[in-house]
Amino acid sequence: MRALKSAILSAALALGLAGAAQASEGVHIPEQSWPHSGVFGTIDKASAQRGFQIYKEVCSACHSMRLVPIRTLAGIGFKDDELKALAAGYEVQAGPNDAGEMFMRPGTPADRFPSPFPNDNAARAANNGALPPDLSLIAKARKGGEDYLYAFLTGFEDTPPEGVTLMPGMNYNKVFPGHQVGMPNILQPDGVSYADGTKATVDQEAKDVATFLTFVAEPHLDARKQMGVKVIMFLIVLAGLMYATKRKLWSTVH
Amino acid sequence: MAQAHAPQFKNPVVKWIDSRLPIFTMLDHEYNQYPMPRNVNYLWAFGAIAGIMLVVMIATGLVLAMQYAANTHIAFDSVERIMRDVNYGWLLRYVHANGASMFFIAVYIHMFRGLYYGSYKAPREILWILGVLILLAMMATAFMGYVLPWGQMSFWGATVITNLFSAFPIVGDPIVTWLWGGFSVDNPTLNRFFALHFLLPFVLFALVILHTAALHVSGSNNPLGIDPKGPQDTVPFNPYVTVKDGFAVVVFLIVYAAFVFFAPNYLGHPDNYIPANPLVTPAHIVPEWYFLPFYAILRAIPDKLGGVLAMFGAIAVLVILPWLDTSKVRSCKFRPIYRQFFWILAVDALVLGYAGAMPAEGVWLMIARIGTAYYFFHFLVLLPLLGKLERPLPLPASICEPVLKGGGRVAAGAHAKPMEKA
Repeated sequence: MRALKSAILSAALALGLAGAAQASEGVHIPEQSWPHSGVFGTIDKASAQRGFQIYKEVCSACHSMRLVPIRTLAGIGFKDDELKALAAGYEVQAGPNDAGEMFMRPGTPADRFPSPFPNDNAARAANNGALPPDLSLIAKARKGGEDYLYAFLTGFEDTPPEGVTLMPGMNYNKVFPGHQVGMPNILQPDGVSYADGTKATVDQEAKDVATFLTFVAEPHLDARKQMGVKVIMFLIVLAGLMYATKRKLWSTVH
Repeated sequence: MAQAHAPQFKNPVVKWIDSRLPIFTMLDHEYNQYPMPRNVNYLWAFGAIAGIMLVVMIATGLVLAMQYAANTHIAFDSVERIMRDVNYGWLLRYVHANGASMFFIAVYIHMFRGLYYGSYKAPREILWILGVLILLAMMATAFMGYVLPWGQMSFWGATVITNLFSAFPIVGDPIVTWLWGGFSVDNPTLNRFFALHFLLPFVLFALVILHTAALHVSGSNNPLGIDPKGPQDTVPFNPYVTVKDGFAVVVFLIVYAAFVFFAPNYLGHPDNYIPANPLVTPAHIVPEWYFLPFYAILRAIPDKLGGVLAMFGAIAVLVILPWLDTSKVRSCKFRPIYRQFFWILAVDALVLGYAGAMPAEGVWLMIARIGTAYYFFHFLVLLPLLGKLERPLPLPASICEPVLKGGGRVAAGAHAKPMEKA
């Protein structure tokens, strides 16, 4: 028993290592309670839709989302005709045509979101040398995930703390590594007027953006968790049956 | 084994085949009648669990390979395509990625079980050495598999690890160029890593077959570490151990599923969701958790070549372990002093793992050095000496004696089968 207990404990400790090691670096990121966290959590579709509105009106001026097809938004409740209308609003490069020329055509839901800049160099040139990261996977590509995104978006300070001199064109952020970031404090109270009438506080906006980015980084999040609940319930029942069988079988051995 | 008798097959086809190629007789001997010591505990299930993990990895890996593109320009995007567009691609990839971790967990527990109960001692030396070779092949496979998504950690991990070989004098640099297929980690590296990542699991599979073959010659060890004296000490593998292992496998799968479905990226590193960029080095290059103790040993030695040798040495000592341990008694149950040191070694491995995840400076570097020194001290000094100095407790006469002694099922259960009557 002791051996087994210790073995399980060791495994648990070993597993804890990665997480613990990551948590101990950098600024503390407070955990938020998200509708999609936890075993039964699902993406808050209304919030993600608001987040998309902000992405479309604000973020997408600088940030690409090149891995995400427009049709992905069906996962947060966009209907087919809405997706078609939305996609048609984007211009997508196609071609070459018969004359060998590239041309622009209206987007379709199968297209990925067009990027604001043709390449990284163009993005840097337009942004004071800073490269706005692609947002397709940002929620999974940062320690703390959506908690970090929320903390980052609400972590700007207009005046840096005493003793900190910002480089020209840089902004102060409490949680960004090194605290100096090229991105300005972009979320403002009532900076967007939400289509569903929700009051656009900075807090609300940051939560909505973080929810949306979590969704685009993991479009199958809801399906994954729902399948997980079924799989684990099945396995628990199976384990019970196996254990009962095992006890019955071995009772003749002792 | 000894009491195995030729099975009588009723099915005429089976009979026909078996009289020409006795695979059914072989399977019957090795997996049906194979006598297992009746006192094995649940730690003995981790061999079966590891075997199942290998099959899961090969099955999911095969399907992933059909969708993956090993080219630096599109590797990252092809993985994302699997995650987003391939039917249940997210499931396949998360099962595969977390499967690597679960495979290592199973194998590490399996190895520590071997250490605790002296499963490496005569006549099981070759069985143990095959196991160490399996670990090496797993490490190579896992390392190359982690490179394939071509994220930041893939690229920089590959750079750091392949560069280790440059520590060897004269041959070092040519070896590294040869590994890379060029002068940096680039497309040729990714291509060959993919080819090798596909090949090695089958090498692994062959090693597992040899490992099992060697096991079935000597028979399984058991918590008492004494050989079965006859049929009263054993049970046939099927149904007794198949059902018991089956239960353990299902419990293991519950933990596995919890990771896959509810924390699929917990064991990974966020930087690997950033496409590889040779011009931007991540702040901390950290290998996967299962390499951390070895990574700590590597960095503990101030000299590069010394570090590399120590890291490989950490596995090499396992190869010669059967001869380093001079005690004739297998099980820790009867080695009161070694038992203490076993647990210190287990803690040492965890501490090294933690230190490996930390920046190699200050107190963590010091801890990694102490941990490394202790690791080698345990194997190279303590084990040879303890065998001579320690007075083992008296061994029971047979396996069934302590099981049946003292009368009553509760006593028997409490002693040798702690999990049975819970």
